[in-house]
Amino acid sequence: MGSNMAECHPVGFQWVMEARERGAEVVHVDPRFTRTSAMATRHIRIRPGSDIALLGGVIRWVIEHDAWFRDYVVEYTNAPVVIDEGIEDTDELGGVFSGWDEEQGQYEFDTWQYAGMRVHSAAGQRESAGSGQTAGAAGAHLEHGEAPEEDPTLQHPRCVFQLLRRHFDRYTPERVAEICGCSADDVEWLARTLAENSGRERTSAFCYAVGWTQHTVGVQMIRSAAILQALLGNIGRPGGGILALRGHASIQGSTDIPTLYNLLPGYIPMPHAHHYEGLDGYVEMNSAPSGWWGNFEKYFVSLMKAYFGPAATPESEWCFDRLPRIDKNDSTYRTTLAMLEGGIRGFVVAGENPAVGSANARAHRLAMAKLDWLVVRDVVETETAAFWHDSPEVESGELVPEQIATEVFFLPAASHTEKDGSFTNTQRLLQWHHKAVEPPGDCRSELWFYYHLGRMVKERLAGSKARRDRGIRELTWQYPTHGQREEPSAEAVLSEINGWDETGTPLSSYQQLAADGSTACGCWIYCGVYEGGVNQAARRKPHWEQSYVAPEWGWAWPSNRHLIYNRASADPDGRPWSERRKYVWWDEEEGQWTGLDEPDFGKQKRPDYEPEQGADAEAAIPGRRPFSIQADGRAWLWVPAGLTDGPLPTHYEPHESPFENALYERRANPAREQYPGGENRYQPVGDDPGADAYPFVLTSYRLTEHHTAGGMTRFTAYLSELQPALFCEVSPELAAERGLEHGGWATIVTARSAIEARVLVTRRVRPLDVQGRTMHTVGLPYHWGSRGLTRGGTANDLFSIALDPNVHIQEVKAAACDVRPGRRPRGPALRDLVSSYPRLERELR
Amino acid sequence: MDIAELVRSWPLVRQLTEGDPLGLGPAARSPRTAALRPRTERAERVVRSICPYCAVGCGQLVYVEDGAISQIEGDPASPISRGRLCPKGAASRSFVAGPRRETRVKYRRPYGTCWEELPLEDAMRMIADRIVATRAETWEDESEDGVPLNRTMGIANLGGATLDNEENYLIRKLSIGLGMVQVENQARI
Repeated sequence: MGSNMAECHPVGFQWVMEARERGAEVVHVDPRFTRTSAMATRHIRIRPGSDIALLGGVIRWVIEHDAWFRDYVVEYTNAPVVIDEGIEDTDELGGVFSGWDEEQGQYEFDTWQYAGMRVHSAAGQRESAGSGQTAGAAGAHLEHGEAPEEDPTLQHPRCVFQLLRRHFDRYTPERVAEICGCSADDVEWLARTLAENSGRERTSAFCYAVGWTQHTVGVQMIRSAAILQALLGNIGRPGGGILALRGHASIQGSTDIPTLYNLLPGYIPMPHAHHYEGLDGYVEMNSAPSGWWGNFEKYFVSLMKAYFGPAATPESEWCFDRLPRIDKNDSTYRTTLAMLEGGIRGFVVAGENPAVGSANARAHRLAMAKLDWLVVRDVVETETAAFWHDSPEVESGELVPEQIATEVFFLPAASHTEKDGSFTNTQRLLQWHHKAVEPPGDCRSELWFYYHLGRMVKERLAGSKARRDRGIRELTWQYPTHGQREEPSAEAVLSEINGWDETGTPLSSYQQLAADGSTACGCWIYCGVYEGGVNQAARRKPHWEQSYVAPEWGWAWPSNRHLIYNRASADPDGRPWSERRKYVWWDEEEGQWTGLDEPDFGKQKRPDYEPEQGADAEAAIPGRRPFSIQADGRAWLWVPAGLTDGPLPTHYEPHESPFENALYERRANPAREQYPGGENRYQPVGDDPGADAYPFVLTSYRLTEHHTAGGMTRFTAYLSELQPALFCEVSPELAAERGLEHGGWATIVTARSAIEARVLVTRRVRPLDVQGRTMHTVGLPYHWGSRGLTRGGTANDLFSIALDPNVHIQEVKAAACDVRPGRRPRGPALRDLVSSYPRLERELR
Repeated sequence: MDIAELVRSWPLVRQLTEGDPLGLGPAARSPRTAALRPRTERAERVVRSICPYCAVGCGQLVYVEDGAISQIEGDPASPISRGRLCPKGAASRSFVAGPRRETRVKYRRPYGTCWEELPLEDAMRMIADRIVATRAETWEDESEDGVPLNRTMGIANLGGATLDNEENYLIRKLSIGLGMVQVENQARI
């Protein structure tokens, strides 16, 4: 679901095909019929953005038919836990949970908590209270560390299981079918198929991609799958899981070692300006008495030692006060909007092309014209670098080069074959790539650029007495360089990421980290990647010389564990659930966990281990609780804290949808982030006046031959020839309704902009019967821009900035649009066309 | 070539004598074809790499001949990809060694209408100067209510998902030292 794996992750899809050949059922749930659907045993077509309704229907079926995995659910999930007596569900409150504050536009989380105790959210998310600055790390914080009130019979009316059952009760197959545009049989068949392929003997997996994340309810879509997989016992077991198919070579790595405003390496939250005073408050707020986050201080102090070296001492509070403070959401879209207002002076862009790749790309291009200076580093001159002389706004006359004050530096970048380094793939696997040749001309690696930039800035500030310059002066920045170009050693950086002890010996595990300053470690979850001074990410033992887990190819974080939570592959007593699904189990004779993978658990921790009073961190997790990142060691069917938009997923309409919510009074996710006005106008929705100007549902996607914003493919001859033009996919019915001709031109219009595309009339998209109306979908690949060998309209110009409140990701998989035959107007007439459509400068309901 | 050999080389004779009566197999193979060798055989080095596109992480073998990349192929030893590459991965040589790559620094001055040449060293010096100046001019020691902020909101950095872990590490570390907050990458989209 939410993925076209055969076309967007083709080589990964070989494993799906292999499973199918061995008898696996492959189901593709998607608005479009794609090559993935063609290879599936069944394709279920649903309306863009209706995924939670469908999965809610499946969860309901699984509960009603008693098809869930009882032994797994009772021991390994929080199903038996009793929730606070103040909890009220969306059923009772018209589509919001208790705690909703209409005025503030956000939730208070008190009534979502475990009864009688305070469960704090994940380490990263704890910084977020109230301002929606969330991070990705998991881990609950049980204030006292003791077991919560629970009912193992699952009958207590406020136990998670009963709350879950009641919440999804209204997601009947018939109502779900009406919302999604599929059949009731689709819903029941999917549920039955999943149930039949789960349990002791079998497992099922979900694969998803940005078709789930790029919604105003993206996190809750994934949560729906998490609930289902936990109910069916499909987490922590071979062949199970929820697999995120990520889209860039190191997008996982850039989250682990984040270039994200709210995180430090290893999902350590950036300090907040207002939430506490000093280091102690920060450490206390982010530590948990139990689970992995019980050792927060060790991870943090070791990071400060890696950053600041000898300056990080107990007396300097490990340089805690040198860290910049966050105090609000400053994610990428907020930065763009601030830039549009003239609030950003300098901007460095390295290997990203927001002028094509970000929602409301037009706003990004206009924003860059407000900068004092811009640095773009890429292998080709992207639309981001060229915004000032080659863009739709230059064509329309809105941007005139002679009037743009921005100073632009374009610096050519080295490619992956011209530098050493590691990528972290979508399975948390670090793989080293070796330099093959020197980069040509002025091309340099980012390692070179940021190392030398840092060196030059440090030189300029070396004599400064200013307080603000302490951080940059004290930052350790000694990396050996080599060759004529003085390229820094990537392996030296990897070794700092891995960390060392007082003697400079590389560490082998995050469990060695200390809070007394005796260890330095640049990213605690990557500790061990340079074990023994050997680059573990460069290991290349062929797959035919090892087990299917392939533990000696690259290195997976944490501690080379390939399947996380793998304790759950054994039953509470530590025995495999079944012979055919055995993976990690307890060996009584040896007194330790063993199996095909590195056990994701204390190796000697017995299955019947019970923590003593006062035990902390991982020692506070009982031997029968596999989810040791969480403070209670359980998978969370119910999220007591850490999400900003509800403890359970709820079906809401997309931000801009031509439909009303058939399940609740509340139309869309009430907590979603909206930024109306200026260059980010919204459209009338649902049954509101003017909404019929945008009658069709718009969705965007990728093609096999192009990569994201196109910088790495549109400038390449073979790929441009294979996929030479932007097109829109429409059904024959819509083509007839709007007079669109196959191979001809269409103009797609929203309140933001209008672009033209070649028309592809195809049965791959079909009209759906949704809530008593016929609904048409328009599909648009988003790779194109004004540069390269193949040029075309930028699909992202059409979408608005409206974000998921947990992770600030934009909704570009479900919006509303109009389609007209023919090409778009040229010059200033383009804006006249867009202005002739209704638009709103306020938030949508 | 003697007469007997010449006769044996005639396609019809080869069809009959080489067990290929329809002439669709080995009998149609010319000596020139038989002599062709893959360019990967001439490589002086084979370097192990990873595909730079999506996050599957397919193994690549980079063949180097005369100091240049002559071919990029899938690595059969990879437990992830088992030698396969998709159209993008298979075209990576034309990406890394294509004619449309930029290899020189380009500079556009304020209100300029065209790119200008600029030596890399000068560009680095100018960028470092701008960072130092902008940072000083936009520095926020503390908030209006006296809470330490220790940051600049005047400089933003974007990008990372296409870069190496080591590169992201330096970006994050340097941005912390500089007090930058708005550091983001494609993981947000």
